[in-house]
Formats: sequence, structure tokens, C-alpha cells
Amino acid sequence: MGVPTHCPYCALQCGMSLEPGPAVAARSFPVNEGALCRKGWSATALLDHPERLRTPTVDGRASTWDEALDAVAARLLAIRAEHGPDAVAVFGGGGLTNEKAYLLGKFARVALGTAQIDYNGRFCMSSAAAAGLRAFGVDRGLPFPVTDLAAADAVMLVGANVAETMPPLVRHLRRARDRGGLITVDPRDSATAELAALRLRPRPGTDLALALGMLHIAVAEGHADKSYLDARTTGFAEVWRVAAGWWPERAEAVTGVAAADLRAAVEILAGAERAYLLTGRGTEQHATGVDQVTGWINLALSLGLPGREGSGYGCLTGQGNGQGGREHGQKADQLPGYRSITDPAARAHVAGVWGVPAESLPGPGRSAFELLDALGEPGGPRALIVFGSNPAVSAPDSARIHRRLSALDLLVVADLVPSETARLAHVVLPVPQWAEEDGTMTNLEGRVLLRRRAYPAPPGTMGDLRILRELAVRLGQPAERFPDEPEEVFAELRRASAGGLADYSGVTYERLRAGEALHWPCPDAAHPGTPRLFLDGFAHPGGRARMRPAEHTGPAEALTPDRPLWLTTGRVLAQYQSGAQTRRVPELATEMRVEVHPDTAARAGLADGDLARVVSARGAFTARVHCTTGIRADTLFAPFHFPGEQRANLATHPALDPVSRMPEFKVAAVRLERP
Amino acid sequence: MRIVIAGYGMAAARLAERLGGHDVTVVGEEPRPAYNRLLLAKVLTGTLTADDVALTGGGTARLGVAVSDVDPRARRVTLADGTGLPYDVLVLATGARPWTPPVENLDARVLRTLDDHLALAAEVRPGTEIAVLGGGVLGLETALALASMRARVTVVQPAGRLLERVLDDTASAVLERQCRHHGVSVLAGATAVRHEPGEGLKLDDGTFLPAAIVIAATGVRPRTELAERAGLAVDGGVIVDDGLRTSDPRVYAIGDCVRGAPGLVAHAWRQADVLAERLTGGERRDVPEPPVTRLRASGVDLTAFGRLDPDALRFSDPAGGRYGALSIVDGRVGGAVLLGLPDAAAHLADLHATGAPAPADRLALLFGRALPAGAAPAGGLVCRCAGVTRAFLVDAWRAGAPDPAAATRAGTGCGDCRDRIADLIARLEGESA
Repeated sequence: MGVPTHCPYCALQCGMSLEPGPAVAARSFPVNEGALCRKGWSATALLDHPERLRTPTVDGRASTWDEALDAVAARLLAIRAEHGPDAVAVFGGGGLTNEKAYLLGKFARVALGTAQIDYNGRFCMSSAAAAGLRAFGVDRGLPFPVTDLAAADAVMLVGANVAETMPPLVRHLRRARDRGGLITVDPRDSATAELAALRLRPRPGTDLALALGMLHIAVAEGHADKSYLDARTTGFAEVWRVAAGWWPERAEAVTGVAAADLRAAVEILAGAERAYLLTGRGTEQHATGVDQVTGWINLALSLGLPGREGSGYGCLTGQGNGQGGREHGQKADQLPGYRSITDPAARAHVAGVWGVPAESLPGPGRSAFELLDALGEPGGPRALIVFGSNPAVSAPDSARIHRRLSALDLLVVADLVPSETARLAHVVLPVPQWAEEDGTMTNLEGRVLLRRRAYPAPPGTMGDLRILRELAVRLGQPAERFPDEPEEVFAELRRASAGGLADYSGVTYERLRAGEALHWPCPDAAHPGTPRLFLDGFAHPGGRARMRPAEHTGPAEALTPDRPLWLTTGRVLAQYQSGAQTRRVPELATEMRVEVHPDTAARAGLADGDLARVVSARGAFTARVHCTTGIRADTLFAPFHFPGEQRANLATHPALDPVSRMPEFKVAAVRLERP
Repeated sequence: MRIVIAGYGMAAARLAERLGGHDVTVVGEEPRPAYNRLLLAKVLTGTLTADDVALTGGGTARLGVAVSDVDPRARRVTLADGTGLPYDVLVLATGARPWTPPVENLDARVLRTLDDHLALAAEVRPGTEIAVLGGGVLGLETALALASMRARVTVVQPAGRLLERVLDDTASAVLERQCRHHGVSVLAGATAVRHEPGEGLKLDDGTFLPAAIVIAATGVRPRTELAERAGLAVDGGVIVDDGLRTSDPRVYAIGDCVRGAPGLVAHAWRQADVLAERLTGGERRDVPEPPVTRLRASGVDLTAFGRLDPDALRFSDPAGGRYGALSIVDGRVGGAVLLGLPDAAAHLADLHATGAPAPADRLALLFGRALPAGAAPAGGLVCRCAGVTRAFLVDAWRAGAPDPAAATRAGTGCGDCRDRIADLIARLEGESA
């Protein structure tokens, strides 16, 4: 009898069973119906991996845990004494359990007293989160269960390559596909686009023009749902003033997508009884990401989709706990329960739960890229503690971030394998992994899931919660303020989240063990959870969704004769994020490739299989050329999973969105050349 | 800096919006703010209201009064109501006015303003007989919109073919067939000689075309009276340099009143953007983009640009409503005419506008999606989720695996390949039987 749990990787959090062996077995669970992709099937390969970290190291030498923790605490205290509390920073991750994310935020604000905490979700979900929060009053990636998609007649996927990034989700798209209702928006024919009846291939960085063109058509062709707009939204008139200037031929000239295809897409969505519009990183990871998502939300609202049973707008969360990770306080501007750190009532509530004065809580800190970019600089942090992230590979303008990480007086990394960031660290703390400890995750549909311990943690590792407790005590905190049992931490998280937007107070381990499907908000123990938000109204006072105009401005940099191509980055099926885990699994072996149109390759003097360099104003990476006619001739695609000279992020642009602080991962001006 | 804009059409509205925060006065002779002319066909058909087509604009608007005179020396304009406005910069955005052909007794409507469209919309009923003079873009778009309202529409086109300046006889014949399919009759090579208002048109071949309403869609001419009165250089349109400056350094002109204007909003808006930058310290110059002729009507999709040379690749499918012609000059797109091939048209127009090298595959370029993709390569991936190739499944089956899919975990991810795997195994079993 195996242990029922969930996959360690993406936000779909597929159900799986862990058997002795160790081995993965199928388990019936709604989001994946027993299916898994290669990553899930091979997940146990890392448990006993030869590169698994099993001993703490200090300055490159193996140490005992006491020596390592004492060293970290002593150096942190010294840096704090000399440079103040904001000289110590914390960087978290969207793969951490809710308990870890929560305790990490508390550790930063209470034990370290620093405002300088952010996490890699800033590189992932922040644009959709900001736009969703602004429009609907609450940000839950999918405000409906994933399985609702199975009844849809039409689904439009914008910058979301689910067939590679979360393959079992494709099972829920069959009906839409069979009805010719699957539409994709992607500059290349991704694995997902190949399933679609209609593929829109915009020039990178022009999604907002595409959304405005579609909104224009929806109104001009009489497809806008005027009674819905009147009853359930505000701000349409201002949105239309902008969209009115985006007649289809103008949108075509800017995006490269045929006006006829824009019309066809609108007709498919408007003609479907049940339709969904879903966004992914492709449209979100831009310096205009919030505006672009706002454009898609405006389109969905104009068609009357959100908050209607059987239809909707959603964002497909990426990381395993990308949803829960953005709710419980590891984000620079947030406190647990999706509360704002600048809201006095929120500060008072959380300070009360933590047993500290509200005025002792720091204010908002730097966002992820700005935090990393300030490391070791005058006025910037001198010490950084990293949990569950590998920014040396995943941050934009990678060479610059590498220099900043190397400039620190103290870099502490907790990880299970020697990631590229861990290799730069002064102190490395080996931790257990997903199958070796309990904890909760919140999947892309806002459902809270219990991950269970199936195997013992290897000797020499220490759980993240315990590490935080040990460090907190060494920094002078009472031990009882930092519980290290997951269920105990979760009980505190529930109290801290009570009354917040993401209210977990009614979710308990007991209910989760009993198999209850609990989507937040779940404000009390008798509450059944909220699988579908917004059916009775949106979360703003008055219950209306707020539309706001967003005008297309385009990418942060322009093409030049010297850099005449757009680079866009993304993921491939067999790898996950920075690849620290999946690159070590033999059956997931993947080579770094850059996808190139054959004409473009030929002009660079390159052929399929050649090694090439991709050069931007920031830097260059190398990759093997993979020729495909399924990509725009002005566009290159490269995955960002690979380290060293193959880091796609050596070329990406660190321009940030003014609202979400999301970097411009998805569009950079480059040239392709022979190495 | 006091900026006065004479005229309040789309170019003026765009400029005023871009100059937000500056001292701008826009003077428009229509009694309403600027509106989006591209949406007027939707007002005609009743899909949109007058409010729906309003543009944002900016600055102070003086509505219902035209600029009647300019005194460049005093840097002052006079409005039709006698009031004066001093300026530091004057922008002429006076647009164009419809030109009507010399037909005896002609009392035709024109479709330029919102009121023109509202008035026509109020009169058209199903079955109303309407004659449209002119087989150009405006004439055909108007005719198709009226046909969608179930009016009985005939286009009278003096030239021997539709859009005679951009289409050859073959392409025009395909377009004509498409128009007929959508309920528009076309009389090519016919000229109206006399109008009997309320009854119809007498044509040059002696026949009589019954028509309760006659619409002239026979082109426009730049409105240059004001420029002429101000003593500016005019030659069929206001003459400007690449900074959009007229012969008076304090007077600029943008949009359809400028000499050589193609009558495209995209062109006028680009000029508005350029001028807004220049008036606020920028150095940008107006570089005209190659004009693209587009016919916008539901069911008919025509794009034409550039020039076709004798070596052009040509394809015609009259029954399917498709026509394509493409010229490649020095490895770049020199011109194209595309009817019923919208995705190819978008791609080609983009290549033409950016001057990017043309792809090697000319047929795929001309046909776009209409050209079917080749077969998937043999031995390719069957199951992406599990990373299983066709060759691997065949090997597993030959090696005696009773269920090669289960042995390889193929089909256990997104599930998309299960039918393909079942087909493959059935075929293997069939071959070995």
C-alpha cells in the first residue's frame, strides 16, 4: 500500500502514489486522472542520487550542523550589527510548501527584522497576480477547478504551452479540441499549438495589441456582452476608447497575425456556450506584463466570461506551490493570507498572531531582481539566505546576477543538490525533499493539498522548518515562536490567514487526510471551501470587476541591424525550471537547443545540429541549432533550464514591469551567429 | 506654446491626444468630437452607435465651427463665427472631401461623416434599391455593408474592372464573383450619364438602373482652401517636408489634406505621432510606409501592395474565391495581391513593410495555411510526455512486449497519443498476421 501524495514539480500537483522501492505509481486524482508526465514518473530518481547533499559545508569544508548553524548566526549577527537589519536578505521559492513559505516570511520579518525578502515567484506569477487582483479583487490562478475545462466548447491559451509544461492538463481540453475550439497564442508552433484548431503566432512583445485588436472586433462585430458589462463591470467605456483605435488591420500590422484570424478567434470564443481564456508566462513575463494580462482580462470581461459557471478567465500557475507561495508572506510586499504589508489592519492582525508589536514589522522591501541586483552594492544586502531557488540560473541578465551573488559577504543556500547558486555559497545546508517530509501545497486551482512523507530523510539533512527554528533561536528568538512540525506551523498559518483574501482558517490536516477537496477561501472548519469564485460577484466592494485601459507600447528594446531577431525563452517537457533537479535524472536527459527557422539559420551560416551563439546587449549563450518551420523567422526560442555557457538568461533583458516588477524574460533583441 | 489644430478628424484627435498636457485647441466644423471613421460602416449597419465610435482626443475643442481664415504674419486664425485664436504653432488637419463625378442632374449622397452614415442608415430597408458609383475600396465596402442590410445594391464602375489600379482582369473577376456571392451586383465598364432622383440612373449604354438612393464613392480630394488662403505652397494637397512642416515654418499639416496622402488612417496616425514628437522636442522624421490596400468586409478579404512584375507568381481559383500574385525582387517581397488568403496576406505585408528577406519556400509564402503541411517524419515522437518514439514502440512490439505502450509508459501523460498508438499496434499486428 503506497503513500498517496503529489508530484514534486509543477502547479498541476498531479496525484501519485509512492511505493517501496522507491517507485511512483498512478493514483486517481481529478486534475491528472492517474496520468503523469516523464518528470513525475521519474521523480524518485533524485531520492538516492549520488549528488544528493548530505553534509553541511562552511566555506567549502564539511561541518556538523551545529558548526554550520552557529557560523551562519554569528555572521548574520555581525553583518546586522555593522550594517543594520536590511543588510541581511532572504530569497524564497514557489516550490516551497505553504508552511515553509510562511515560516520563511516570519523568520525574515521577526528573527532578522529585514524588509529584504522576495522569491522567485516574482519571475513567474507576479504579472498575472497583480492584474488579477486589480481586476477581480482577489488573485487565485484558476478561480474554478481545472476539471471544469473538460466541459468547455472553446479554450484560448495565451502564452501557455501546457502540452509540455503540464501535460496531463491536456486531457481536459479534449472536448474543446473536438469542437474546433482550441486556440493558441504563441510565436511558435509549440506542442500545444499543434493541438489547436487556430494558432495565432504574434511577433514577440505584441500580445497587448493582439488583445486590443480582438476586443475591437468583439465590440465592432456585436459580440460584446453588453448586459454583463453593465451589470458586472466598471470601466468599459475607457477600455473601449483605447481598443477603438486598434482596428483589426492595425493590430495585424503590429502583431503579424492576420485580421481574419483575429476575427475567427473572437467568433470561436463568442460563439461557444462555455469558453475559457487562460494566460501563461508567455504573455506575463514582460516589462509590460501586467498591462498585457489586463488586456486579456478586458477581452474576457467583454465577452462576459469571468464569474459565469462553465466559463472564465484564469492564469496557469507555473511552480508547484506558485499559488500558495504567493499568499503567505515570502513576497516583499505581503503578509500571510494575501495581505498587504502596508495595510495597518493587516500588520496588526499578523503581529498579533506572531506575538510581536505591529510597529516592529518592517515595511515592503525590494522585488526579486532589484534585491538580487543590490547584493553587495553600497546600501544593499551583504548577506543572502536562499531557500528553494536557483537564481544563478533563473534570474535575467544572468552574468550580472552572478557577479552580485559573488560580491556577498555571506551566501547561505539550503538545497538538496549542489545547484549553481549553492556552488557560489559560503554555507550550504542540505535539506530533505518532497517525499521525505509532510507539508501542504496549493495547486493552480487554489486547492490545498497534503503532501506526505513516504520515505525517511537521509541522515545528515535537516528540514527547512527546523533550520529556521535553529537559526531563529541563535538570533535570540524564543524557540516556541518558531515551531518546526508542519502541522503546527500550518495551524499558525491558518490563524494568520484568517480574514485575509486567501483565508485558510477552515483547512486542517485532518480534513485533508480525509480527502476533502478544499479550495480557499475556507474561513471555518464547517465551510466546504470555494471551488468557484465570483459566481455571485467579484471581490471588490460592490461586486463588480474593474476594467482599466491599457495601451500597447511594445518591448523594452528594439531590433537593430546588429540584433535583428527576437529571443523568447521558455520550458521543455523533460526539464523543470533551473533544471537543478531534472538535469540530474538520467531519463530526462535533454540537450540545450535553440529553435530557429531554417531560413534564419541559413542566413547565419548555420544548419540543423550546429552549435550556435545567441548574442544580446547583455551577453551570449551557446546552444545547438534545431531547425523548425514552426517558428516565426524573426524569432528564436530557447529553454532556460541549462547552466553555465548555456544559460539563456545570459541574454535576457532585466527591464521590469512598473507594477509587478516582473522582468522581461520573453523578449530580447539578439543575433544568431556561429561560435 | 499655443497649438491650434484646424480640423478635428482622426489625425487631429490622435495629435491632440499625444500632446496631452500642452496648450492645444482643436477646431472642428462638425458639432461633435472626433470619431473613428473606420467604424462608420458598423454605424451604418447598426452594430455600433454614434457614442461607440467617439475618439479620445485631448486639449480644448471648439466644435461646430470651422477655421475660416489664417493670418500667418499675425499668427492668428479666424473662426467662422468671427472669433480669433492666436497660435504659436498651427496644424492643418483639414482632411479631404468627397469628389463626385460629372453626371447630369446628379443628386448623390456621399459617405464621409458620421451624420452621412446615420442619415443613410435611417433610410435603408430590406429591398431598397441602391446604386453605388465607384468600384474602389470605399464603394465596395459600402456596397457590401448595404447588402448585409439586405438592400439591393449595384456597383457602377466606369473602368472595365473593380479596383482597376491594383487588380488585373483575372483578380478583378474573382473579386467580382465574391461580391455577387455576397449580394452585390457589379456593372463594370458602365458609366452613369444622368440621374433621375428617386428613380435611378441612365447609363451610357442606354439602359436604366432603378435606384431609390445613389451613393457617390468616387474618391476624395484634399481640402486645401485654408492653406491656399494662408499663402502656403499647395499642389493638389498641402506640401510638407519630412518634418511635416509647410512652406510657413510655424504651420504644419498632417493627414488627408497633405499632398500624396494615401487616405489611410495608419498613415495619418503615424504623421500625428511624428508631429507630436517633433513639437515636444523630438527629431523623428516622417518616413512613409508602403501603402497597403485592404478591403474590409465580412466574407471578402483583399490585400494588395507594392508592384507586380511580369515574373510574378500567380494563382487563381475563381470558384474558391481565391487569388494570389506575388513578386519577389532581389530576395525581398516586391508586391502582392491576395484575395481569400488572409494569413498569407498578413505575412507578406509584414515582410514587405519590414523589408525582411523572403522565405525560401515561395509556394508556402503565397498560400500560407491553404498549403497543407507535409507528413510527419517517420520515427518521430509518438508520445511527447513519456518521450517515446515510433521506432521505440515498434522495437518494443517486435521484442515481444504484449502491450508496448504500457512497457514504455507511452500514453500516460496528456493521453493525446493513445489513438495513434492503438493504430500503430493494429497495423503491426496486421502486417504480421
